[in-house]
Amino acid sequence: MSTGALRRTALYDLHKERGAKFAPFAGWDMPLVYDGLGALDSHMHTRQHASVFDVSHMLQTRIAGRDRHRFLEGLVVADLKELPLGGATLSLFTNANGGIEDDTIITQQDNSLYVVSNAGCADKDLAHLQRHAKALQDQGADVDVCRIDDHSLIALQGPASQSALEQLAAVKLGQMPFMTGRLVDIGGVPCHVARSGYTGEDGFELSIPTSEVRSITARLLENPAIKLAGLAARDSLRLEAGLCLYGSDIDATTTPVEAGLVWTIGKRRRREGGFIGADIILGQVASKGGDRRRVGLVIEGAPARAHAKVLSAEGEEVGTVTSGIPAPSLGKNIAMAYVPKRFSKKDTPLKVKVRSRTLDARVVKMPFVAANYHHV
Amino acid sequence: MFALLTRTAAAARTAGIARRNLTKYTKSHEWVKIEQGVGTVGITNYAQSALGDVVYVEVPEVGIEATPDEPVGVVESVKSTSDIYSPLSGTIVDANQAVVESTKLINKSPEADGWLFKVKFSSADEIDQLLDLAAYKQLTESDD
Repeated sequence: MSTGALRRTALYDLHKERGAKFAPFAGWDMPLVYDGLGALDSHMHTRQHASVFDVSHMLQTRIAGRDRHRFLEGLVVADLKELPLGGATLSLFTNANGGIEDDTIITQQDNSLYVVSNAGCADKDLAHLQRHAKALQDQGADVDVCRIDDHSLIALQGPASQSALEQLAAVKLGQMPFMTGRLVDIGGVPCHVARSGYTGEDGFELSIPTSEVRSITARLLENPAIKLAGLAARDSLRLEAGLCLYGSDIDATTTPVEAGLVWTIGKRRRREGGFIGADIILGQVASKGGDRRRVGLVIEGAPARAHAKVLSAEGEEVGTVTSGIPAPSLGKNIAMAYVPKRFSKKDTPLKVKVRSRTLDARVVKMPFVAANYHHV
Repeated sequence: MFALLTRTAAAARTAGIARRNLTKYTKSHEWVKIEQGVGTVGITNYAQSALGDVVYVEVPEVGIEATPDEPVGVVESVKSTSDIYSPLSGTIVDANQAVVESTKLINKSPEADGWLFKVKFSSADEIDQLLDLAAYKQLTESDD
């Protein structure tokens, strides 16, 4: 962890006024929980109503220029040429070893691609984008990478999100499907609204001019159904939803095949490749290769945390937990882990070592909690 | 001569402590209330507040030997795990099953009903190495 000064988002004072307890995250001082609403209550509130999360620490990038699709397809696995206008997709930045450098949400906008990626990878991602853009520009390509530093990002997540946003912005959003984005006028302020999130619930990620983010967030919070939520709830919600945390469940050493993220690779991209590490990744796709798989586990007896060892039913060490919690919505101990492919089938009995105890575990399908996304 | 003196002093202190009730604290945020050769142990209010909603607790088995170096239990929130140490060496003579059943007790009453276990300590000398309330308060304030 860096010992330098932590960065603050534009909502720092609002968090502080509303009793946030802060924790350092990727060089930022971020709210973890708020007074009067513990991590558990905050988690349940999001599942039952809706919460606002400050995610302004994430990197927002705009990629413009005629050659933007060709450029970004060189770095990620998505089919961006086929992505419809307003469509958004989860994608992966890959490396030459077939590993995952970051995960990202890319939205097709009118004259640009809007890219949101992880705070912890922000410097690396931006340098990677700029270096490859420069190489293409030197060959005469028309591409421009621009960090969006005048917009903050908040996530409104939970079943009450649509009605809250409709009330605030005087729009109808019932026809807006999950994983799409559009501009929405919020009280005269043009905001990019993506129907997406990291909780398994319906919700929106709002990119708001930084000068206006405080007032818009405060107005959202006037709605009694909406409460602030911090990183603690964000992590338990995403894990129940089976969503990966970069740096824990996926990283530069895990391939999309091992991580169970082959579905992010566009059909055309599987034929044509053309992204970094495509030979290795597509080789694994074709041979169903890769040594291991990311699986969901339910563990009996005690919560298993990251780095806990996974054993076969016979007691042989076969893998490692990458994230684990006592799931607030389920009352069960859930985890993600990497295990050899032969142990990755649903219902495979395994064991997990927690302190001195060897606990029974079983492979389950993810998400652990059914997604509640908005379909039109 | 010197050794003899200190031993005598320690013995005198032990006798005093044995009569008196007192509560001491550890740097790892346990409290121990000492009564008649038995220490009742729990986590401090500061610790429960830092941890947040407790959702899982393991208390030690009655009869095991504990030392301050080895965790004997665990208190967990959704996000994190906190090992519990016995501030004093000795035999575990009781464990609070109520907190295992109702983990919320630790958040509601960390320094009374939310106690975790009792240790019959083998040497009162270790008591001197623990923090008194003033020293513990100083520790938690410097943490903020």
